[in-house]
Amino acid sequence: MNYNNQNSQGPLDNLIKMLGNMPGLGNRSARRIALYLLQKRETAMIPLAHALQDAAEKIQNCDRCGNLDLNNPCKICNDIKREGGKICVVAHVSDLWAIERTGAFRGRYFVLGGLLSALDGIGPEDLKIDKLVDQIREHNYEEIILALSATVDGQSTAHYIADRIYGLNVKVTRLAHGVPVGGELDYLDEGTITTALKSRSAA
Amino acid sequence: MERWEDQGIVLSVRGHGENGGVVSLLTENYGRHAGYVRGVRSAKLRGVVETGNLVDAHWQARVSDNLGSFTLEPVKSYGPLFMDDSIKLAALQSACALCDEALPEREGHPGLYHGLIALFDALDLNVWPAAYVMWEIAFLKELGFSLDLHSCAGGGNSSTLAFVSPKTGRAVSREAGEPYKDKLLKLPEFLKPNGGIPEDEAADFLLGLELTGYFLEHWAFTHHTKGVPPARVRFLNRMSTKV
Repeated sequence: MNYNNQNSQGPLDNLIKMLGNMPGLGNRSARRIALYLLQKRETAMIPLAHALQDAAEKIQNCDRCGNLDLNNPCKICNDIKREGGKICVVAHVSDLWAIERTGAFRGRYFVLGGLLSALDGIGPEDLKIDKLVDQIREHNYEEIILALSATVDGQSTAHYIADRIYGLNVKVTRLAHGVPVGGELDYLDEGTITTALKSRSAA
Repeated sequence: MERWEDQGIVLSVRGHGENGGVVSLLTENYGRHAGYVRGVRSAKLRGVVETGNLVDAHWQARVSDNLGSFTLEPVKSYGPLFMDDSIKLAALQSACALCDEALPEREGHPGLYHGLIALFDALDLNVWPAAYVMWEIAFLKELGFSLDLHSCAGGGNSSTLAFVSPKTGRAVSREAGEPYKDKLLKLPEFLKPNGGIPEDEAADFLLGLELTGYFLEHWAFTHHTKGVPPARVRFLNRMSTKV
């Protein structure tokens, strides 16, 4: 075992290396976690290993919306109480979870799997846009909500999707852009203020 | 320690590590210049490094050959201004992608920098598609591929220019070009020296985009393995759809 050399192949080094690859963790944090886990084998390490194994075996992507769930189709797609006429298009599963946490939307979702980005070489064929268009054609949706990031990439993806589904006789909406709740105008960048002014509504 | 300060337009951001990113700017005095920006995904910086935004940049590196790092302050946000308009947003992305892909690094192009800002300002005007095509002509010229659209390459009448030679990039009069019209590119009305108002302005602008697109593909990007940037292709497609 070598606690500094990244090329070492011992189980502890391997564990540190794997932990260090996780988002938000570097080598130093990975070493701390590895030591903690080894000190708490029975209460932390083995349950964590079981949880990881369990999740890897049981959690799958929903074929219909792309959400992560134990079932396929997922719980949201199977929920008959939800409004079947509204579909919210998001870039990632984390965005779906963020909207779901609000409890403000009771329709269904569609996860694109990313955003168009010329720089990262992500084109329309790398996203599930064709599948989305097929679903819209097959189902009689009333409204498609494009809940994509308020960034240049996010909005160009939204425009691309809007162009693709143009003529399919479905209402297409997008999330409002502007002042966040609790935001003070003085601290906002001018782009946000400009967009907020453009999309102002009657008081 | 090497350092400079300048204003620049954000051309692209490439994620690097968990929170950082390599930002490519088109600066007034130092041309296309990249640098590392720490915390590029933070709430504070995310809105600043959007494609097309104008920023104050402080660059520093240990030696001049290093990538170095930027400290960025927002000056004007062009990206969010056009987020609601799919074609204008595509035009902005296309112009930035062309600069990012074709301009050599660290070579000053102040004319192109000011031209790009003027183009972004012109996106609010009705004639913005013409401004965009003219910017691309200036962009080609800056790269050394100048188009001559003022006189007939075939010695014909320069007041009846109607075509452009794909080989030389020079205009050809209607009479001189008639026998070869299938091989020549069409010169849009708004680019003619004595051009009037075209019947179908959108179609005329599209013709202009196809004209510059041809020379971008066959001249400026002929040696690029990836070809013309996808953002430019998408812009043309979107414009064609609207026409």
